Order: sequence, then C-alpha cells, then structure tokens
Amino acid sequence: MKKIFAMVLSLMLAMGAMSAFAEDAITIGISGPLTGPYAMYGLGVVHGAEIAVEEVNALGGIQFALTYEDDEGDPEKAVNAFNKMLDDGAAMMAGTVTSGACAAVAAEAYDMRVFMLTPSASSPTVTEDRDNVFQVCFTDPGQGAASADYIVQNNLAKKVAVIYNNGLDYSTGIYQTFEEKANELGLEIVSVTTFSSDNNADFSVQLTKAKDSGAELVFLPIYYTPASMILKQADAMNYDPIFFGVDGMDGILSIEGFDTSLAEGVYLLTAFSADAQDEKTQNFVKKYEERFGGTPNQFAADAYDAIYALYEACNEAEVTAEIANQRRGFADVCEMLIEVMPTITVEGITGTMSWEATGEVTKTPTAVIIHEGAYVGAK
Amino acid sequence: MITFLTYLINGLNIGSVYAVIALGYTMVYGVAKMLNFAHGDVIMVGAFLAYCVCAYLGLHPIIAVLGAVIGCTILGILIERLAYKPLRQATSLAVLITAIGMSYFLQNMAQLIWGSDTKSFPSIIQGDAIVLFKTVQDGVTKTLTLSPINILTMASCFIIMIALTLFINKTKMGKAMRCVSEDKGAAELMGINVNLTISVTFAIGSALAAVAGILLCASNYAPLSPTTGSLPGIKAFTAAVFGGIGSIPGAMLGGILLGLIENLGKAYVSSELADAFVFGILIVVLLVKPTGLLGKKIHEKV
Amino acid sequence: MNQKHKMTITHLFTHALEICESFLRQPRIMAEKIYQKHKMTITHLFTYALVICAYFACQSMIKAEKMTLSLEGQLVPICAYIVLAVSLNLTVGISGELSLGHAGFMYVGAITGVIASMWMRYAFTEESAFFLFFENMNIDFALVRMLISLIVAGVFAGIVGFIIGIPVLRLRGDYLAIVTLAFGEIIRNIMTCLYVAVNKKTGALNFTFNNSDIPSKDFKLFIKGPTGITGNSPKIATFVIGIGLVLFTLLIVQNLINSRTGRAIKACRDNRIAAESMGLNVTKYKMIAFVTSACLAGMAGALYAANFSSVVPSKFSIDTSILILVFVVLGGLGNILGSVISATVLTLLPELLREFDDYRMLVYVVVLILTMLITNSPIVKSLIGAIKEGAKKLFARKNTENGANS
Repeated sequence: MKKIFAMVLSLMLAMGAMSAFAEDAITIGISGPLTGPYAMYGLGVVHGAEIAVEEVNALGGIQFALTYEDDEGDPEKAVNAFNKMLDDGAAMMAGTVTSGACAAVAAEAYDMRVFMLTPSASSPTVTEDRDNVFQVCFTDPGQGAASADYIVQNNLAKKVAVIYNNGLDYSTGIYQTFEEKANELGLEIVSVTTFSSDNNADFSVQLTKAKDSGAELVFLPIYYTPASMILKQADAMNYDPIFFGVDGMDGILSIEGFDTSLAEGVYLLTAFSADAQDEKTQNFVKKYEERFGGTPNQFAADAYDAIYALYEACNEAEVTAEIANQRRGFADVCEMLIEVMPTITVEGITGTMSWEATGEVTKTPTAVIIHEGAYVGAK
Repeated sequence: MITFLTYLINGLNIGSVYAVIALGYTMVYGVAKMLNFAHGDVIMVGAFLAYCVCAYLGLHPIIAVLGAVIGCTILGILIERLAYKPLRQATSLAVLITAIGMSYFLQNMAQLIWGSDTKSFPSIIQGDAIVLFKTVQDGVTKTLTLSPINILTMASCFIIMIALTLFINKTKMGKAMRCVSEDKGAAELMGINVNLTISVTFAIGSALAAVAGILLCASNYAPLSPTTGSLPGIKAFTAAVFGGIGSIPGAMLGGILLGLIENLGKAYVSSELADAFVFGILIVVLLVKPTGLLGKKIHEKV
Repeated sequence: MNQKHKMTITHLFTHALEICESFLRQPRIMAEKIYQKHKMTITHLFTYALVICAYFACQSMIKAEKMTLSLEGQLVPICAYIVLAVSLNLTVGISGELSLGHAGFMYVGAITGVIASMWMRYAFTEESAFFLFFENMNIDFALVRMLISLIVAGVFAGIVGFIIGIPVLRLRGDYLAIVTLAFGEIIRNIMTCLYVAVNKKTGALNFTFNNSDIPSKDFKLFIKGPTGITGNSPKIATFVIGIGLVLFTLLIVQNLINSRTGRAIKACRDNRIAAESMGLNVTKYKMIAFVTSACLAGMAGALYAANFSSVVPSKFSIDTSILILVFVVLGGLGNILGSVISATVLTLLPELLREFDDYRMLVYVVVLILTMLITNSPIVKSLIGAIKEGAKKLFARKNTENGANS
C-alpha cells in the first residue's frame, strides 16, 4: 500500500515538474496528432516549431517556450489538450494541426480569447466568424482553385478524373472549388468518384472509372495514405496517367515499405519544396535532417514559419513575457496580437506571407514534382 | 461491357478474400458456437507478421506466408485457451464482450509494437498483368486485365475451400468437429476430446486468417495499420451470415456474392454509401432468412 | 472500596450497558430490516446524493477559481458519458441485449438536437413573441433552446430506436449485437452525406444530400456532411444542464428498474421462455428498454454536440460504442451507480495520465477481459474462492496467534 502511495506521489510530482514553465519566456502551445494515422502531420509541426523556437531564442530578443500535447486529430481530445496547455501557462497557440480538431478548439479559443495561428488547419470553417484565428497554410478552396489553374496554365491535361474522400472536409472542400474553377477554365472533368474512409482498401472501381473515361490526369485532393494505395493499384492495372495531389499528399515518400518509384512524376501543389536553393530553406532542411532525420515536409515548414510570424507579431505588438505570464494573460496577448496581425509581413520558407483580418494568409503556391524519390520544384 | 467485366473481376477478387475470412468465422461459429470478434484482428496480426518477415528480414514471400500462418495459429490457440475456454459455460453476452475486448487488445498491442502509422505492404508476386481484351472506343483504350495476384487470390480461395470441405468430411478430426458442432455433451460422451477439437478449430481459423490478411494487403492494396482487419472482419462476418453460418460452401458463396454486390453497388449505385449497402444486406438477410442461403434450420431447445 | 463493592459496580455497569444496548439494538435491527427491504431505493438515493454532491463540489471549486481549465472543460462531456453509460446499462445490463450501436443513437440525437437549436436561434428573433415570453419570465433563451433541443433529440433518437428495434429485437445474442453494430454504421454512413443549412433571416431549414444544392445567400451551413457539425457556437450546454440531464436519466432508469415493467424486463433477460410462458410480452418489454435507452443516448448526444462547436462523424463510430460498453462492464452490468462512477473515472483518468495515453485503451481492454473472466469463469471463480479461503485461514491463524501472545 505504501509503495503504491509512493508511486502515485512520485508520478504526481513528475507531472507537476513537467507542467512547470519558464518564467521569462512566452509559452506557445501546439496540439496535434502525434500518434495515429495522421501522426506525420503533428510530428512535422512539432519538429518544425522546435527548430524555429531555438533559432528565435538564439536571437536574444523575446524568448519562447514550447509545450505540445497529442490530440490524435480528435476534437474532444484537442479541446482537452488546449485547456491543459492553458493550465500549463500557454499564452498563445501555434496549432491545432488538423482542421476538424482546430475548428473545435478555435470556438473555445474565441470564447476565452486565446490567440491562434494554425500552421496547417486549412479548412475555412477554422477562421470563419472568428477574429482570433489565423492560418499559415492555404485554405482548402484556395488549393482547389490553384490546382485547376496550374493544370490549365501548364497544359498538363485536357481530361481530368477526380478521386476524393467524401468523408473528409479537407477533401470535399478542395474538390468543390477545383470543380468550379475547372468548369470556368474549360477543363473537362470526365469522372468523379469518392471513397469514405482512409482505411478503404479497394480503389479498383474508382480507378477503372477514371481509366475508362480516358482521363489523362487524376486529381487526388486526399491524404497520403489512400494516395499511396491508389498509386499501387493503378500500377497493377497498367494505368499510368499524371497524378496531381495537394498538400495532403506531402508525406507519401515517408510511408514505411512504400515503393517510391511508383510516385515518380507525381505532382503536388504545396508552398514548400525542400530542395529550394535559398539560404533559409537550406538552413532549415539541414537542421531538420540533423535532428530528426528525413526531409522536412510542408507541415514542418509551415510550423517553422508560424513561429517566426508569432515572433514578428509579438515584437510588433510589444508583447512581453510579463504580460503573457500573468494570470490568464492570454486574453491580453490575444487582443494585442489581433491588432497587429493584418499589418505584418513575414518572409518565410513557404513564401512571403501577409494576413487578412479574417485570418486567411496571402502567399503563392508552388508545385513540386516527385523525382527519384525526392520532392523537386516543378517549373 | 469491358468496364463491367473489370468490376466483376475486382468483385470476385475482394469477394475471395472475404470468403477466406468468412471460412474462419464460420468454422469457429459452427464448432464453438461463439462469434469470434477478434478474428478480424488476427488477420491484421497475420499481415503484420508477413510484413515483418518480408520487409525487415528480407526473406522470400513464401517464408513470410509460412511464418504468418504459424504465428497466427499459435496466437489463435493462445486466445482460445486464455480468454474463451474459461468462459465455455458462461452466457453468450460474457463471451461476446470478452471477444470484443480481445479484438481491441490485439489492435492496441499491434499499435504499441508496430506503431499506428500505415505501412505499405510489399507485393508478394511479380509479373505483368495479362491483357484479356482490348478495344479502342472514341479514342479511349479500354483493357480488361487480370493480374497474377488476382489469379493467386481466387485460386487460393478455391483450394482452401476444397481442402477444408475434404478435411471436415473425410478426416477423423473433421468428424469430431461436426460432432461437437451438433452436440457438445454427446460428443464428450462419445469419447471426443471437445477441448482439443475446439482448439484445432481455432488453429485452422487463425491460419486461414493469416492467409486472408496477406491476400487482403497484397491483392487489395489495403494499407497495413492496426485497424486494417476490423472492417473487412465485420464484412466477412456479414458474408458468413449471408451464406449461412456454419456452412463452408455457404461462407464461400456469401463472401464472393458480397464482394460482387459491394463492388457493383459502388460502381453503379453510390460509392458514398457502399458500407451502408453491405450492412443493409446483412440486416435484410437476417430478417428474411436468418439461416442464410445455405444454412440449416436451427431448432431451439427448451 | 473493597473488592466486593468493586464487583457489584462492574456488575451493575455491565447490566446498564446491556440494557442500553438492547434499546439501541431495536433501531439497529429495524434499520437493518429497512435497508434490506429498500436496499434498491437506498442505493438509488445514494446515487442521486452522490451526483448532487459532486455538482456542488465542482461549483464551489469553480467559484473559488481552484479548478483547472482542463477539468472544467471536461465537466459537460463527463455528464454526457454518464448518461450514455447509464442508458447503455439499461440495454446491456438490465435487458441483457448487447447493443453495439449506441453511438449511432448518440449521433441521431446530436444532429437533431443541433438542428433544433440552430432553427430556434434564427427563427425566433429578439422581437418574436416566443422570445419575449421567456425574456419577461427572466429565463435565458439559450437555456430554452438547449432544453428543447434535448427533447427533440430524445424524441428522434427514440423514434429511430423504435424503428431499428422492430427488426433487431427479433434476433438474439450475437446476431443482435452485430446487427446493432451494422445499424450504427449505417446511421453514420447516411449522416455523413447529409447537409443542413438554416436561413439566417427566416430560420427556414434546408436539407440536402448534395452540398451544391445549398443556396449560399443568407444560408448558414451548419451540418456539413463529412465535416460533421460545425459552427454550432456559442455553446449552449452548461454544467448545470449536464447535471440536470444526469439526474433526469437516473430518475427514468432507476424508476424503470424498480417498477413492475423493470422486473418484467429482467425476467425476460433471465429466462425468455419462462417469461413468455408467464404471459409476458417479451418483445414489448425489450422494446421499452431499447427505446428508453436510445432516447437517453440521443439526449446525451445533443448535450455533447452543444458543448463542442465542431463534432466529427468519426466520433460516433463503433469505437465510441465500445468505449461506453467498457464503462458499463467495468461499472458492473446492471449496476447504475457503478456506471456513473466508472464513466466519470474512466473519462478523467486518461486526461490526468496524458503521458500514458498510448496504454490507456490497452489497460481498459485487459481489465475488461479480466472482469469477464473473473465474474464468469468457474475456474477463476473457484481459484479466487480458494485464495479468499486461504487468506481467511491465514488471518484467523494470525489472530489466534496474536490472541495467544497477548
């Protein structure tokens, strides 16, 4: 009995120690899926943010501290994680990573007045009617329209098939604007098929329809796991169109056991390509590879930029650790940051960013193409 | 027409996988009179074992299949001995809850061991698809292809069914199984080792699950994750009920029909409601003909 | 004082004690009798008392600003989980039918509840008679919206439960379980295709299965198919309403169990054929339990949805049904108080032990399996019995040794 008691006590002490935060730093909270099928997104964000926080702290100005929690992409867990991080002294959020969870957290954050800059939650519902939420990534509709634009401008195809996950807001959102834009630009959509779960194994029907309708390009506004299955199955069917993905496709090369030669020539529209030659990107990629291994994905890059944007905004609004660390200081910080956010411009590794008061970011997407198992910038 | 035939082949393909899973369900249900909810997760474990042998040890796929079959057989016997055997006299509610618990236990163990990110299963058989038919229509080339893995899947399903039927009808153990399935008490009185018989049933069921897991991932390109087996498991149970639970040809028929219905439904009705479609069939079958297509009528004893 | 006096005094004292005790014994026996007779009622009253005490404890902590935000944020979900667990216990524990589609009813409740509350939000402007009626009575309109949405959710979930119950309750055991599971998944699959928008000016609702049918002008899309429920803010669920729903659920379920109907339901569970031959309409009683349970699950769903501005459909998958089943089984089948406690503890625990989150479900299912083995296996039972006997003997020996020593 005594032993158990001692164990519980030490456990509580350990937890208490974990929640202690730096007194002279502004704590930034991130919640995202660190386990589960979307773990690659959450881990990318946390890793990217860690690198940025280190760099910012090395500059000697405002000091940041990072706290992060796993939410498995579930709204309820995300809200719990959000509250926990506020308890732990977080003054602002550089999360939540996934859209559904972020929308739930954003509503809480709006009521409690907590500033949020999400690196990767791309759904418009996240920022809708909320003045305290800003995005670093493109919105889903933006991606859909940009994809159609890119395909037409570069004359990639005349006939397009779409396979999307109708069980996912992200996917349906991109598809809808893609369709609108495609109609406007005269791009012919010859087949549209859906699937409803990322664990869906069988894409033979969808691919057969695309193939038999003569599509030269298959647009895949979906996450990388089903995309990898589609590539495999298409290969088995001897079907070899151009595959065109969006930022959810990022990560496909890191799937364990996936034959990357299948992804040869796959286009994806993203804001970040790891082989860009500018100094900032090179520096980030090098640090990332050293610390975490592997090439950083777009989520890591967005998170990296998010921290720099927060740094910029905090400097502009003159937010100090003192204000942030007072009891429920997040509310003051929130109002100060909302003021300056539309006024700042940040030169990041995902492009030059400025923000609308609605929370949407302005930056230009670039397309990358997968070549010999690496993301290469497409012309 | 070619498009339709393609759907048909794909339907047969997934249907064969369902059939192999359903055979496992039907055997266990027939003999032990319990719904082995964890069957779908044994499939997942089998696929993971094969993946490990193939990807980490770099051995030949045939060794991977053997390894998965042996591993799953042991796992099946262990599950039966540890979790189900003590509950042989208990209510079906208790057994079912235990089985659900076991299912989640396997999923969570797999998550701890292999992580929850999905893995891409290596192809176990090389070779180009055979082009059966080719037409050019309105500038679009339509081909009907049959890949080697499809042939392997359908053939193995067929062989397994025949082997199993022979085993049940011709061997002594098969006879014992039929006997236990009819009346456990009487079987015991006739000198049949009921516990052994049930263990053997579980062993065979789990070995089939291992094969099914590999087929599922290799020929249907299912991504490998701890939840890979749950939905196909439930669908295969539907197939077993559809064909008549306890009947081996029934499981085969049910599996293949379900695969066809699912694929054609997806192609011609709605790809969004494909799952609802499959479950709808289960409900209709249970209400209209609860014994399934080839099932026997069960009389209730007081 | 000599020895003799001492003896008399001791004697007298013992006598007095005995008399006192006999006076005391009477009420004690009576209390014992009352307890035995009304054991159930007392346990039930204790359950209410516990919930009410917990409520006041939480409220005072919030007032004193002693409660952490993460705990405060979980109060309403906990209430929802308690209601779900208690209602599932009615089906599984009392009625003896394993239902794996509980999350489906929760989803129906969540959707209909949110539709009702959104409709009321836009249909009744601040000048409407309905709104003013409550305004004059000094009642917050959000509270009215919440209550009405709970009722609507309960009614709809109950109707769905009844429709599903007709075919399902003809089946038994494993088949029933798998069919409820199938129904749960069908409900979820259909709901993921549903889009609902409300006209911001008139409150008119627009239902469709195709997103592009929604006129964007003036309409607010709040149920977005695969995205689930979004933009359902500001939240109208409060802890008071949550506790109110818990008490309401307890009232319904506990009174049902205690009533004639409840005993009939249990009779049908224990021996269907015997109950049938006693003239009980088994289907009817099973249906009563099933529909009540569905109805309450729907209300819990509405409460849950009103607490989060965004709810994704995957929340209502089979995993949630199993989680609730874990609450019920670990709390004890048929034990209402147990469900209340286990739902609370098992919801709070993972938050407190976030670091061990990977192991949470694993521990749950191991405990689940062990519970089943311990309570149902004759071998394990006899083993435990033997251990108990051994322990008793050991203690007895120790005691006698102690006694001998002293």
